[in-house]
Amino acid sequence: MLDLANSFDLIIPELILTGAGLLLLLVAAWGGDQLSRPIAILAATALFGAGIALVPDLHFGTDGPQTLAFNGLLRVDSFALFAKAMIYLAAIGALIIAPAFFASPAAGEERGMRAEYPILIIFASVGMSIMVSASDFMALYLGLELNSLAAYVLAAILRKDDRSAEAGLKYFVLGALASGILLYGMSLLYGFTGGTDFATVRAGLEGDLAYGPLFGLIFVMAGLAFKIAAVPFHMWTPDVYEGAPTPVTAFFATAPKVAAVALTARVVFDVFGGQVLAWQQIVMFAALASIVFGALGAIGQENLKRLLAYSSINNVGFILLGLAVADQAGASAMLIYLFIYVAMSLGSFTALLMLRGDDGDLFETFGDIKGLAVTQPALAWCLLLFMFSLAGIPPLLGFYSKFVVFQATVEAGLVVFAAIAIAASVIGAFYYIKFVKVMFFDEPAELVTGKSGMAHWVLLALTALIISPLGYLLTPSLTDLADKAARSLFFTI
Amino acid sequence: MDFPILTVMMLVPLAGAIACLFAGEGSRLIALLSTLATFALGVLLWINFDNDGAQWQFTERYELVAGFNYALGIDGIALMLIMLSVFLMPICILASWEAIQKRVGEYMAAFLFMEVLMIGTFAAQDIFLFYIMFEAGLIPMYLIIGVWGGDNRIYASYKFFLYTLLGSVLMLVAMFWMVATAGTSDIPTLMQYNFPVGAQTWLWLAFFASFAVKVPMWPFHTWLPDAHVQAPTAGSVILAGVLLKLGGYGFIRFSLPMFPVASAEFAWLVFALSMVAVVYTSLVALVQADMKKLIAYSSVAHMAIVTVGLFAFNVQGLEGAIIIMLSHGLVSGALFLCVGVIYDRLHTREIDRYGGLSINMPYYAVFFLLFTMASIGLPGTSGFVGEFLSLAGIYQVSTWVALVCTTGIILGAAYMLYLYRRVAFGAQKNEDAAAMGDITAREWAMMAPIAAVVMWMGVYPESFLAPMREDIKALDARLVLAAPESDSQLVVGAPKESAANAVAAPEGYEGEGAH
Repeated sequence: MLDLANSFDLIIPELILTGAGLLLLLVAAWGGDQLSRPIAILAATALFGAGIALVPDLHFGTDGPQTLAFNGLLRVDSFALFAKAMIYLAAIGALIIAPAFFASPAAGEERGMRAEYPILIIFASVGMSIMVSASDFMALYLGLELNSLAAYVLAAILRKDDRSAEAGLKYFVLGALASGILLYGMSLLYGFTGGTDFATVRAGLEGDLAYGPLFGLIFVMAGLAFKIAAVPFHMWTPDVYEGAPTPVTAFFATAPKVAAVALTARVVFDVFGGQVLAWQQIVMFAALASIVFGALGAIGQENLKRLLAYSSINNVGFILLGLAVADQAGASAMLIYLFIYVAMSLGSFTALLMLRGDDGDLFETFGDIKGLAVTQPALAWCLLLFMFSLAGIPPLLGFYSKFVVFQATVEAGLVVFAAIAIAASVIGAFYYIKFVKVMFFDEPAELVTGKSGMAHWVLLALTALIISPLGYLLTPSLTDLADKAARSLFFTI
Repeated sequence: MDFPILTVMMLVPLAGAIACLFAGEGSRLIALLSTLATFALGVLLWINFDNDGAQWQFTERYELVAGFNYALGIDGIALMLIMLSVFLMPICILASWEAIQKRVGEYMAAFLFMEVLMIGTFAAQDIFLFYIMFEAGLIPMYLIIGVWGGDNRIYASYKFFLYTLLGSVLMLVAMFWMVATAGTSDIPTLMQYNFPVGAQTWLWLAFFASFAVKVPMWPFHTWLPDAHVQAPTAGSVILAGVLLKLGGYGFIRFSLPMFPVASAEFAWLVFALSMVAVVYTSLVALVQADMKKLIAYSSVAHMAIVTVGLFAFNVQGLEGAIIIMLSHGLVSGALFLCVGVIYDRLHTREIDRYGGLSINMPYYAVFFLLFTMASIGLPGTSGFVGEFLSLAGIYQVSTWVALVCTTGIILGAAYMLYLYRRVAFGAQKNEDAAAMGDITAREWAMMAPIAAVVMWMGVYPESFLAPMREDIKALDARLVLAAPESDSQLVVGAPKESAANAVAAPEGYEGEGAH
């Protein structure tokens, strides 16, 4: 009984979110769409509250057996808490930027935010919480599907918009395929090792890896690569990102990315921790391929959302670089990169949502933002910071994220690998500076003339402040948290 | 040193830059005042610099948790290059006073940010801090070329940005490896650290990729003519005056002292590329129809003599290389200003559109002549001192390299005098060019200080050599073990017992006055 109480104690954030989600669902069913705004506020409050519940353990760090809940189904250690904190923050961001979008003509025939939007975000967050703290393939799959099902609906939430519906359908079909691949890999591992919890599988994989479990490993990795949109399983990303409503895209680019990456890290270090050589080359290949294809694919894009989709593929490459290092420093660097990436993505998508005309309609191609520096200097300068930061140019914080990842890679002795990856990162700089070129060098198109709401400006200013050189002030505490998280990840029970 | 003068020197332009962003038209004055204040601080820095004191002076050090330290400090070489930057900066602002009419605030802010980063690059004592400052300069320069540049500015700005970025990222990987191996990111410590010989080769190549693009060395120079031609006048001045020096400074600060063995191994590569550069770019400069392009190619040729001098591994060569860097910073900057002066009047850089300017613009012609002569290396100007020392240094290593590189001076005279003849002498064939007025007070204020320093450096280079003497000696001592053997094999022979024209006295001759 005491054990159960402990377990519930560990999942307080999930309990808060689940309770809030169910309650708000009732409110939504009762009150309908006119209550969507209060529901969104309450949902953000619930996420914030869940985030607050993480703080003590996150601050002091937690690992070891006391982090196991429900007989080892979940493992709520520093690593999980760090990922959850980022997920909740990103989800709050996605809630803040949504109402203005759904009220604009860009939302098509159905003006106004639907009451389900915040609720789906909450359920997706619960799913992601479970994903990042999973310590058993069953819990993993449960969390993954809870998140994915909410995400499919979110992508298609503009029911009468063709692009949104297409995005939802594509996401669903390909996501289901990925889940299938993952399940198949998991079943192989179960068959060969006789367990679904990570510790049993890990023990079963000791020694030389036979072909059977190796196939299992490869299928699991492939399924996870699908979820984090790493090359060669990235094809769905541009279409889904472009088609989905922009706040949803911002959400996809941040929270689920964090969750999937954290999940991947957990699986490779926990389940396959004894077979580093077997997965390291897969991750290395995926990292390099993502960096190169993410950069090349973005070059010809005219649509900004699509471009940012390729940019996210490119960034996943760098994140995987940290994972490929396969040690504690690499994992810590990866977490720092994730945090900065979330700030940059959230900021860029917020800026995208602020590109509105007189009638409030949204713009999303390069042609529309020509000469933005003349018509909307503040917005253009913020976008400039985000783009140079994404390109990894110092002194912006985006440089620091690349700095830690490459430092970890070189210190682990993967010098050639790092050199190739960093040279390929220059290709990416090409399209990031194209953003700046269009905004600053071209003659103004005078399309973006509309005013944006306070919430957008605050979020933009906050993220811009984080990635500005002042963001280096955050790095000591960020490094501390990431180190604790990485340490707990390597704590084998 | 209690007063953190280097930090203050960076904070003044930084504050100015932020003020300029919001000031609009008033930003011209803000920029001028803050650059002048920075220059005054620079003078103070030089006065307080102890030529015989510690190698690193004005050091500041704050531990950061971000994986590197905020560590500043300068030696004589850095002092001179900082002086060059802060000296050119107010002149750049003056040069843009009327030429820039759109988005003045952002323009001035970009220049002031540039100044912060240049001072930071020369003063950084932490290898990663150096990288941050070195690389961050791309952002303001990209904007300066792209927003305020000429017709083909977008191509030029892309080329500039991507070329330099690709060069530097490999250097970053090398830096990570060095810091992981040596266990410190402190530049003075790394300068004394002996890296394994096998690794030095790779590290040297990674740094070379960055600095060779920055210098630029043939064949990595192709970004330079584009960037120079398209940049606004002041942008060209900063590019030629200071940014190119970052490459040379990098060789002095990193490649030579940190990888002496690899530097000696690759000296032939540097010599070969420099020899090609001297001859080839000089010939290319000869046929240019665009004034800025001509000066841009001449920069490549002059910088090649710098690299040759650096890799001569002796005191003359190193001193000469640094003096050429300083001199070239002043002279090519001044030449770009000269082009800017007439470009502002006629809005063309085509040489054929001018002619006979010495008739209607006599003062302009005098300044232009002085800087032309300094570029050629006429004795009495700064160019002579540097090129002489540098070539004297390389002669001790290889007579062939010295021979080929000296043709650069002849070719330099050819293209510069040819340019001057076409622009300043001859008939006034274009009416609009003949109607241009002579230089204004503002332009006097830009030209006269540079002219004065060029003469000063030419007549009494000791002022500039004195602060660097100890540092160069230290560098030479570090390099002496790896120095390649000379081909001229100079040997000090035993002096003859009598004078060469002595005639043996005939028998019985007792000499004059014996009676």
